[in-house]
Amino acid sequence: MTDNKITNILMAGVGGQGTLLASEILSEVLMQAGYDVKKAEVHGMAQRGGSVVSHVRFGEKVYSPIIPEGEADVLFGFELLETYRYLPQVKKTGAVVVNNLRIAPPSVALGKAEYPQDIDRKLKQRVDKVRIVEGLQLAEQAGNSKAINTVLLGALSNTLEPSHEQWIAAIKSLVPERFQDVNLKAFELGRQVG
Amino acid sequence: MQKTVLSGNEAFARAAYEAGVTVASAYPGTPSTEILENIIQYDRIDASWAPNEKVALEVGIGASIGGARTIVTMKHVGVNVAADPLFTFSYTGVRGGLVLVVADDPEMHSSQDEQDSRQYARFAKVPMFEPADSQEALDFTRLAFDVSEQFDTPVLVRSTTRISHSKSIVELGEPLAELPETGLVRDPGKFVMLPSNARVRHPLVEKRLEEMSEWACSQGFNRIEKGDGQLGIITSGVAYQYAREVFPTADILKLGLVYPLPKQMIRDFAARYKTLYVIEELDPFIEEQVRAMGILVTGKDKVPICGELTPGRVREAFSVNPQTLEPVEETLPPRPPNMCPGCPHRNVFHALNRLKAYVTGDIGCYTLGFMPPLSAMDTCICMGASIGNATGLSKVLNEEERKKVVAVIGDSTFLHTGINGLMDMVYNKSTATVLILDNSTTGMTGRQDNPSTGYTLDGETAYQVDLEAICKALGVKHVVTIDPFQVDNTRAVIREAMERPEVSVVITRRPCVLVKHDVVKTSTPLFVDQDKCVACKACLSIGCPAIEWVSGKDGEKGHCRIDRLICNGCQVCMQLCKFDAFGVCDD
Repeated sequence: MTDNKITNILMAGVGGQGTLLASEILSEVLMQAGYDVKKAEVHGMAQRGGSVVSHVRFGEKVYSPIIPEGEADVLFGFELLETYRYLPQVKKTGAVVVNNLRIAPPSVALGKAEYPQDIDRKLKQRVDKVRIVEGLQLAEQAGNSKAINTVLLGALSNTLEPSHEQWIAAIKSLVPERFQDVNLKAFELGRQVG
Repeated sequence: MQKTVLSGNEAFARAAYEAGVTVASAYPGTPSTEILENIIQYDRIDASWAPNEKVALEVGIGASIGGARTIVTMKHVGVNVAADPLFTFSYTGVRGGLVLVVADDPEMHSSQDEQDSRQYARFAKVPMFEPADSQEALDFTRLAFDVSEQFDTPVLVRSTTRISHSKSIVELGEPLAELPETGLVRDPGKFVMLPSNARVRHPLVEKRLEEMSEWACSQGFNRIEKGDGQLGIITSGVAYQYAREVFPTADILKLGLVYPLPKQMIRDFAARYKTLYVIEELDPFIEEQVRAMGILVTGKDKVPICGELTPGRVREAFSVNPQTLEPVEETLPPRPPNMCPGCPHRNVFHALNRLKAYVTGDIGCYTLGFMPPLSAMDTCICMGASIGNATGLSKVLNEEERKKVVAVIGDSTFLHTGINGLMDMVYNKSTATVLILDNSTTGMTGRQDNPSTGYTLDGETAYQVDLEAICKALGVKHVVTIDPFQVDNTRAVIREAMERPEVSVVITRRPCVLVKHDVVKTSTPLFVDQDKCVACKACLSIGCPAIEWVSGKDGEKGHCRIDRLICNGCQVCMQLCKFDAFGVCDD
């Protein structure tokens, strides 16, 4: 049981950013690659513009659907502050893949608190591998600003075992046909970042 | 058979289909809502939203008496509402198998309490399964229909947030090809619970539990996983996964049926270990019963009762490689949930704040009216409570204070259990004010339809309940309907209603910006003219996520800015600005 190596991916973002499709594609590609996969998240009140996380775990046999505290191998962030908030959950030897986007939380929007400065530097101080992705810019380059998800997945894909072909197959199976070209292009642009 | 990744809720829906269920009823509630939303993909199931959980279970009971296999789903607090029919149905038993899936919310991710539904199994004397992943959600629920018919009892299946909203790999089963026969069968001795009949049924219920406890000792859903023999653990549900994670070499008695317990199996298991743990989430439900059998165990003296378990919390409880996380070096601004940009509730709470109302609140997105800067909610107890709370509060106040009391309730919550409160308010001569926030949907749980939206669960059009007519029929003379986007009018109408020496109802009507049907056309986004903005921050008082304060640099004044990507153009902020600084974007 000791050689049952589990990889833990913690996704962090803001409710309404649509992290769901990305975690769906991620789970699908990992299942197709032959792993046991579990994914956990919360719905309801927490999703109304609040801080949200998804846990994705894979390996030979996964028990807990949530990642043991402090054991994330990859922190996959859709927004800077939310990524920084969950930084203590990542192993020092882990990786951070983060979208270069800043969404002001209520206290900042009201002028009552400051948005933390230099988050990219603070991430790099703690974790060996940090990849900052210009998600919106690359999605627009791919032809649709909503394809940020697949851009970020492309950047994440470099840190994981499944092959390029397996990723493409998973995207094709979950993204509606009329959006496939844009999403495949977005995925490739993200993948080139790393 | 086909393998796929399913959430617990998708697996519960699939189980109903495979088991030959033809009737499903529920009231939405996190984390149970997606079960019925997924069931509508199976054509042979008649699935519907009921106005509350009691009605949902009564519909299910009716279908069972007619011979159909039936599933009813709800969140933990929903069982409080459905408890009355549940307890009696335990006595009558079923005709077609009936399974009630109840989803608990340890940690209260989206709930007002974290009650442990396993207590209902014991209280109502009904068996309860508890799956530990999506595969078991499918297998146990499917089996529960057979068990329901075999032992002539409704069966509870307990889920939790981490089962309902987690996904794992599931091997699908073959659906039953033949559906149970339905039709009228008279059996009043079984189904008419007059005292004389109920006295006959109660001993059968007690006998049923005894038989099941014995039977459960030899069933595959209660299993022993052998380890190195040093430590024994009794566990169930998602807590099993954490126990397995933290104690990889322990011997584990994993219970699939958490009520009634397989007593002999537990005795035999416990006898083998010097050290025996019970690892369970929330109450010491298994632990107390095991202790009552005279077996010494370690449980809630180490494992927390409050909140959900995690691998880390189990580690910490038993001091097994506890991890200390290194916090980031600064205090981060929190990101609590918030009403959406363009939410029709926002201005209502702004008005209540300005009118210094004492607001008895209710359950829904609008409970977020509690959050600053709106800060306009003083109580929130349970579904439908706002109106009764206002009546009671008014009884003990002087005339001036009494005018401040305003009950706030959403359309779906009003139809759930608010109507009776309003009936009482009029009947017993209260003078409080009630606001019905009609956004044409059940918002917080993810926009489900209800009897006032004009649509059913499967999207067909339906009779649309007339809220004004209901209020008038209950005897409310002063019923006014307003558009909550009109800032001055909203405040004026609510103020007038608060002054009235009689019950008055104000219906604020405007669809949720996320509503599914009749897609709401969001208006053109706004912008702030920085030359006109005097930095008075009046627009910030509504707490809209689309408006951001930008501090001035080098002593210059700051200004407000609108994020046009998320602004829905509701223009509430524009009406609050006394300096004409807001404009509508060109496109």
